[in-house]
Amino acid sequence: MSKYLVNLSVNDIPVSVPEGTTILAAAKKLDFKIPTLCYHEDLCVAGNCRVCVVEQVGARALVAACATPVSEGMQIHTNSATVRTARKTIIELLLSEHNADCTKCYKNGNCELQSLAHEYRVGEHVFIDLVNGKHRVIDDLSPSIIKDDSKCIRCQRCVRTCDELQGVSALTVAYKGDLQKISTFLGHPLAEVVCTNCGQCVNRCPVGALVEKTYVEEVWNAINNPNKHVVVQTAPAVRVAIGEELGYNPGERLTGKMVTALKRLGFDSVLDTDFTADLTILEEGTELLTRLKRALVDKDTRVALPMTTSCSPGWIKFIEHTFPEFLPNVSTCKSPQQMFGALAKTYYAQKKGLKAQDICVVSIMPCTAKKYEANRPEMRSSGYKDVDFVLTTRELGMMIKQAGINFHNLEDSQYDSFMGESTGAGVIFGVTGGVMEAALRTVYEVVTGREVPFKNLDILPVRGMEGVREAKVKIEGCLPEWKFLDGIEVSCAVAHGLANARKLMQAVKDGSAHYHFIEIMACPGGCLGGGGQPIPTNEEIRAKRATAIYREDEGLPLRKSHENPEVKMIYEEYLGAPNSNKSHALLHTHYLARRRY
Amino acid sequence: MENSRPKRVDIIFLMEGIDPIKVVETTIKKSPDDIILEMIDSGLKGRGGAGFPTGLKWKFTRNEESYDKYVICNADEGEPGTFKDREILDRVPEKVFAGIAICGYTIGAREGLIYLRGEYNFLLPTLNEKLILFNEGLKKIGLDFSIQMRSGSGAYICGEESALFESMEGKRGEPRNKPPFPTVAGYLGKPTVINNVETLVYAFMIARIGSEKFKEMGTKDSRGSKVFSISGDTPKAGISELELGMTVQQFVDEFGDGDTKAVQVGGASGGCVPRKMFQETIIGYEGIPTGGSMMLFNSSRSMYNVLHDYLEFFTEESCGQCTPCRVGCQQLLKGIEAIKRGDKSPGYLEDLKKLAKTMKVAAKCGLGQSVANPFVSIVSNFKEEIIY
Ligand code: SF4
Ligand code: SF4
Ligand code: SF4
Ligand code: SF4
Ligand code: FES
Repeated sequence: MSKYLVNLSVNDIPVSVPEGTTILAAAKKLDFKIPTLCYHEDLCVAGNCRVCVVEQVGARALVAACATPVSEGMQIHTNSATVRTARKTIIELLLSEHNADCTKCYKNGNCELQSLAHEYRVGEHVFIDLVNGKHRVIDDLSPSIIKDDSKCIRCQRCVRTCDELQGVSALTVAYKGDLQKISTFLGHPLAEVVCTNCGQCVNRCPVGALVEKTYVEEVWNAINNPNKHVVVQTAPAVRVAIGEELGYNPGERLTGKMVTALKRLGFDSVLDTDFTADLTILEEGTELLTRLKRALVDKDTRVALPMTTSCSPGWIKFIEHTFPEFLPNVSTCKSPQQMFGALAKTYYAQKKGLKAQDICVVSIMPCTAKKYEANRPEMRSSGYKDVDFVLTTRELGMMIKQAGINFHNLEDSQYDSFMGESTGAGVIFGVTGGVMEAALRTVYEVVTGREVPFKNLDILPVRGMEGVREAKVKIEGCLPEWKFLDGIEVSCAVAHGLANARKLMQAVKDGSAHYHFIEIMACPGGCLGGGGQPIPTNEEIRAKRATAIYREDEGLPLRKSHENPEVKMIYEEYLGAPNSNKSHALLHTHYLARRRY
Repeated sequence: MENSRPKRVDIIFLMEGIDPIKVVETTIKKSPDDIILEMIDSGLKGRGGAGFPTGLKWKFTRNEESYDKYVICNADEGEPGTFKDREILDRVPEKVFAGIAICGYTIGAREGLIYLRGEYNFLLPTLNEKLILFNEGLKKIGLDFSIQMRSGSGAYICGEESALFESMEGKRGEPRNKPPFPTVAGYLGKPTVINNVETLVYAFMIARIGSEKFKEMGTKDSRGSKVFSISGDTPKAGISELELGMTVQQFVDEFGDGDTKAVQVGGASGGCVPRKMFQETIIGYEGIPTGGSMMLFNSSRSMYNVLHDYLEFFTEESCGQCTPCRVGCQQLLKGIEAIKRGDKSPGYLEDLKKLAKTMKVAAKCGLGQSVANPFVSIVSNFKEEIIY
C-alpha cells in the first residue's frame, strides 16, 4: 500500500509525515521530545501510562502521542498549559503509588521515572502516599531476576516483551483497579514458572521493578580473598556493548580496553569465552556430523534431527517447558560459558597447579539466563560449581566505575593465555546466525577439505535481523570418509527471540519445515541483545552492536574455530578428540522436561 | 413542556401486533442506504450514555470494505442504578434480535453477538431458546444472518466497547487505543457496529414506524423517548419509558418523594444535579445526558457517603491500566477520607478537583474520563457535606 503524506502542525510548525505515523514520531521529526514511559520501540503500543498526552486542537480530551496516528490538518501542542498540568499530575500520581527510595534502588541513575521526576522537578508531594500499607513482596528466588512490585508503574512493557518478543507469557496483568498488578501464573515466584530468565523484560522495564540479581559484591569478595585464584571469562557480545555503560555510543569495539580494565579490577586471569565458543564448534560440529552419519549411513531412525544449538540457556529452559518432546534434538554441548567453567576447574587448574576449590570462575555475560544456567545442578562437572558467579555487561560497567578506572584512557591489552585465544568464529557467537556461520565454516571444511564457498568466509544468508532465516549449503567434493554427505544440501534455519523460536519449532513439529541444523538464540539479535546488556535497547542499537561484532571477526587473523591453536592444544593435551569420553564428561550435558506453567 | 408532567411512552415494551421477523422481512426489502438515511433522519442517538448518532455508526461501518463485519449488542449493563436492559431482554428479546438483524443487513454483516452481563446469566437459557427460533426465522425469510449469545464475567469495564471486544476475544478486558474506532476495527479487528440493547430496539421500532413518528417526540438534540431506571428515594422505583426533553424538576415532581435534594443522572459515572438546578437542567444531550439511571436522594442522605460509594466503585472497577484512572481514583477516594478525618485541609478539595479534571482529559477511556462527573458535581454542590 502506498503511503500518503499527511500534513499537520506541531507547536505551530508544519510537518508532513507518511500516513500512519504517530504524533510522537511526527514531533520527533521536528525535534520535539514528548516524554514516554509505556512506549517502547520494540513493542506494540499500549498507551496506558499517559505521560505522552498532548493537546489536539478541537479534541474533547488530550490524546496519547504514542498511540494516535496523525491526521490531515491536525494541530498539536506538546507543551500547552493543559498538557503540562496533565503530565506533571500523571508523574505525581505514579510517584504516589511508587516506592521511591531512589538512593537505595538498583536502578538509581538509569531509571525513566526518576529522570522524568527530575525533569519536571516534582518536589513536594501533593498526593497521598499509597505505598504505605500495601504489602510489599519481593520475588528474589530466581538466580537471575528480581521482581519488586512496589517499584512497578504498570506500563506492561514486560508483559508485552514476554508475550510478543519471547512468546513465553510468563508475565501477565492480574486483577483490576487499585489491585491491578503484573503477575506470574497464580503469583508463583519467577523461579517456579515458565520464565526462561532471558531478562528481556529487565531490559525494557523503565524502572527498578524488574532487575537482574547482582553478584558484584560476591565477586569483589572473591577478588579480595587472597586464597582465591579468580578467573574471569568474557562473552563475545560484551566487548561491543560495555562502552554503552561507560559513555560510548553503541557499536564501539572495546575489547582491548575491557581486558585492561578487568586486569585492573584484580582478576588473576582474564580469559575469553570465545575460546570455548571455538571449542563448542568442534564439539557441536562433530555431534552434527555424527547424527547425520547415523541417520544417512546407518539408517538409524532414532537419531534426532534437526539438531538445534544449545548455547543459549534461555532457549534451553524454553524448550524444556514448551517442546520437551524435542529435547533429544538439542545438542548435548554445554554453552561456551559452562564449558569454560568446567575446563577452568580441571584442565586449567591442572596446568596451573591449582586446586579446583581454590579457583573462582567469574563470567561476564550479556545475559541474565547465564546466571540461572550456572546454578543448574548439572553444571558441576569439575566436582564443584563450574562457574561461580555470573555478572552482566551492566554489572561489569558498575565494577569499573566503582573501581574508579578511567576507562576512556586505558591502553589495550591482550587476553591471558591459555584459554584466552579465539577466532572470528568464536566472536560471532554473539550475534544471531553467528553460531550457524561458525559451524558451517568448520563443518564444511572438515568434510570437504575446502573453505566454505562464500566470499571472505562471510556466510551472508544466515546474517541479518529477520526473525527466522533459512539457508541451504550444498556439500560437494567430500573427503573419502565423508563421502556419504556428497551432494547433500544441508538445510539450516536460524531464529532469534523466543517468539520466533516458537514459530520455527512449531513448523518443525507439524512437519511443515525440514532442517538438519537449527540455531536458536533466546534474545532478539542474539546475545548482543541479551538481557544483561546495557539499557536501553532497540533495533538500531542492536544493529550497531552486530556491525561491531562482524568487524571484530574480520579483524582477527584466524576466523575458523578449528584453527584456534589453543583449541588444538587442548585436544592434544587433554581432551583427545571432539566428543571423546572426556569431552562428554566435561563439555556435554542433558536436559529436563519441565511443566508448561 | 414547562412544568407539565413527564410524558410516558410505550414503544420499547410494546409487543402487541408486532411480529419482529415480519418487520425484518419488510425492512430488508429496502436498500441499506435507505435504512441508514431513515436512521440518520430519526436523530436516534446511542442509548448507552455516550450518545453517538446511531445512523452514522451504521453508515461508517457499512462503508468499510471487509468480508467479515459484526453487529454486537452491548448487554453488559453494569452502570450502578441501571436495570432497564435486563427488563428489555427479559420482556421483548425478539425486538432486540430484530434490531440486530436489521443492523446486520444494513452494514453487510453475517453475524451478530449479544454480550450479556455475567450477572444476567439467568437469562441465558431462555434467550438461547428464543434465538434458535429467531435464527430459523431469519433463514426462512432468506437473510444470511444469525445471532449468538456471549457471556461476560462481571467486570464493569467490559461495558466499554473496546474492552468488550477484548473480553469477547478471550483476552483481558482492557480498553484499546482509539483510533481505530470499532466501525473500522472492532471485534476481531473487523468493522463492527456495537449498540446498546435499548438503541437496537429503537432502531427496530424506527424501521417499523418510520423516523417521522419517532422525531415527533423529544427535542432537537434529544429525539424520541428513553427508558429510565429509577431508584433511590422514590415511591415509584422501577422502569419507565419517558419522552426526552423534560427538566429534572419535572422528573422529580413525578418521581420524587417530596424531599428530593439531589438526583444522580446517569449512574455513578453521571453527574449530580442539586435541587437548586432542577429547574434549569434538561435531561438529554442539551443538558445532562444519561444512559438511563436516575437515582434520587432525599435530605436524609449523606452526599459524602454517596460520593464515597461511587469512588470505591471506580477504584475497584477501573481496569487499572492507565495512570490517571488507576491512581487518580484511589487519590480521590483517599483524599476525601483524609479531608473528612481532618488529615488534609479542606483546601485539598481544590487539588482533588484539579486532579479530577486531569483525569477527564488524560484517562484512556470513558470510565476514567467520567469519574470527574460525579466528583466535581457532588463536591461543588455539597462541599459542606464532604468536609464536615
Ligand atoms: S525505580 Fe526509579 S524512581 Fe523508583 S526508586 Fe528506583 S530509581 Fe527511584
Ligand atoms: S526473563 Fe524472559 S521469560 Fe522471564 S519473564 Fe522476563 S521476558 Fe519473560
Ligand atoms: S515490571 Fe517494569 S516493565 Fe513491567 S509493568 Fe512494571 S514497571 Fe513496567
Ligand atoms: S480510564 Fe480506567 S478503565 Fe479506562 S483504560 Fe484507563 S484505567 Fe482502564
Ligand atoms: S508513552 Fe504514550 S501512553 Fe505511555
